[in-house]
Amino acid sequence: MSVPDPTGARFRDLRQADWERLETLIARIERGRASSLSNEDLFELPVLYRGALSSLSVARETSLDADLVGYLESLAARAYFILYGVQPPLWRRIAQFFAVAWPQAIRSLGRETGVAVAMLLIGTLAAYWMVSRDPSWFYAILPSDLAGGRGPHASAAELRATLYDPGDALAVFAAFLFTHNSQMALMCFALGFAFGVPTVLLLFYNGCILGAFLAIYVPKGLGLAAAAWLSIHGTTELFAIALAGAAGLHIGMAVAFPGRAARVDAAVSAGRTAAIAMLGVVVMLSVAGVLEGVGRQMIRADGVRAAIGGAALLGWLLYFYVLPLRTDAADG
Amino acid sequence: MAEPRTRQFVTPEGVDLRLELAGVGERAAAFLLDLIILMLVLIAFTIAALFVLVGTGPAGGQAMAAIWLLGFFLLRNFYFTAFELGTRGATIGKRVLKMRVVARNGGRLSGHAVVARNAMRELEFFLPLSFFAYESSQGLADFATAGAGLLWSGVFVLFPFFNRDHMRVGDLIAGTWVARQPRRTLRAAVVERQAAPLYSFTDAQLGAYGEFELQKLEEVLRRGDELAMIVVARTIRTRIGWTGAQGDELPFLQAYYAALCTRLERNMLFGQRRRDKHAQG
Repeated sequence: MSVPDPTGARFRDLRQADWERLETLIARIERGRASSLSNEDLFELPVLYRGALSSLSVARETSLDADLVGYLESLAARAYFILYGVQPPLWRRIAQFFAVAWPQAIRSLGRETGVAVAMLLIGTLAAYWMVSRDPSWFYAILPSDLAGGRGPHASAAELRATLYDPGDALAVFAAFLFTHNSQMALMCFALGFAFGVPTVLLLFYNGCILGAFLAIYVPKGLGLAAAAWLSIHGTTELFAIALAGAAGLHIGMAVAFPGRAARVDAAVSAGRTAAIAMLGVVVMLSVAGVLEGVGRQMIRADGVRAAIGGAALLGWLLYFYVLPLRTDAADG
Repeated sequence: MAEPRTRQFVTPEGVDLRLELAGVGERAAAFLLDLIILMLVLIAFTIAALFVLVGTGPAGGQAMAAIWLLGFFLLRNFYFTAFELGTRGATIGKRVLKMRVVARNGGRLSGHAVVARNAMRELEFFLPLSFFAYESSQGLADFATAGAGLLWSGVFVLFPFFNRDHMRVGDLIAGTWVARQPRRTLRAAVVERQAAPLYSFTDAQLGAYGEFELQKLEEVLRRGDELAMIVVARTIRTRIGWTGAQGDELPFLQAYYAALCTRLERNMLFGQRRRDKHAQG
């Protein structure tokens, strides 16, 4: 009978040093100290990783040491995620996002964006019509924390004051509006999963708020002034909400009508486009927040307000739909 | 026989890493931990804001309130995303419980996937929560709204239980999985190479067991529980009809392990595997 050579003994002796070296390198990267690796370390990493993979294959075929196989599996998986999970540098990802991925995603959402904008408009018109006929609808539509003392029974002077006088808690109110609207946009997106039905309702309701709002200003002869007051940040913000809704609808449609693809695959590819669009929506909402926090309080002239709002809208439209695109694979 | 929670994950080099998916319980625990961390940060942030407020008076108060609102917003929406975009692909809670987010197609975890899975979290968790908070603050939480809210959150909370990959709705949309990633250290082999075997076994005696029993024996030897070793040694001796020396369980088991392992591994090289003692060997 030969001398027993229980599993791994020779196998381990030959390779264990490499495994340990790989493990220390990975641990350093995982702790976020990738920059402390020298050039030799970086060249060594893929070699060591392949070594560990081949050790794993060999160990699975020839060794019965469960501990050894488990260790190699865990080591190889950790190394895999570091080697193949490498992202390009942040600045290049950001540049790529703005140059290609974002406009491309918005363009491919064209149909859904049309539906979302239509829902907003229909909501606006419906609420405008209802509140004009019966002002008590106003309180049913607008949440009291957004109404801020405005109402059908406020006098023209009071309403005018809400448009031109900076209030006491403006910064707080602006921050509140920003977070509220962002949450609203996120919800428009997330609710799309339920076949898009709640998204449509939410967009409609958003339009209703706008319509109810206008309906109390227009009869007092403040229609244009109110529109200018809204437009300075509203064009950006409402567009952002419409895009978020479009992203949600896109997912909802993919889940409801997956076509030839499996339902899950359809959801994943729709989710990808929609998520890129949503990242952009957050950017737009931040721009709207700045316009609202600074511009609306500082600038009192209707014309300037409307001009800024109009320029913003035109800028977004040009950027999304007119700007020529390089057709690299969008990746983020 | 693959474990039901193990999934094929083939690297570009063609090796299957056999990732193990995280269970619902572990994921809930990680999420709870993250929530506690969020809560603590928020409380610390609030206390800091209050101190500044006391220092500056009402003028600074407005600014602080605005900053607090924005801070809360950022924390709620970007805590998960920021951590999962890092090299470890995991929030603090997931790190503690040894898990990471993985792209289902085996590619790298992209930024938009992380954004998508966390935007859905808004719907799955924060929406019902804020809904309840708002309703109860208004004193409106009647039976119907409470029921609708529970039904709503129930659908999402139960979702991971009804698909075999334990995916949240967010995972489904984003194309991600949450996999366990235990960190293991290589322990010494159970039995060192021996110059000369203390015991020798016949082929028939070694043929009594297969791979499954060998790995169970490995576990027993690693645990080093004397009582278990006595029981196991007695079982093996009875089964192989051992007539040699009694007593000294540890050396006996080590020798048997080494001999059995050598035999099974040699057979593996010839393409003969024996799963367990019931298999033909």
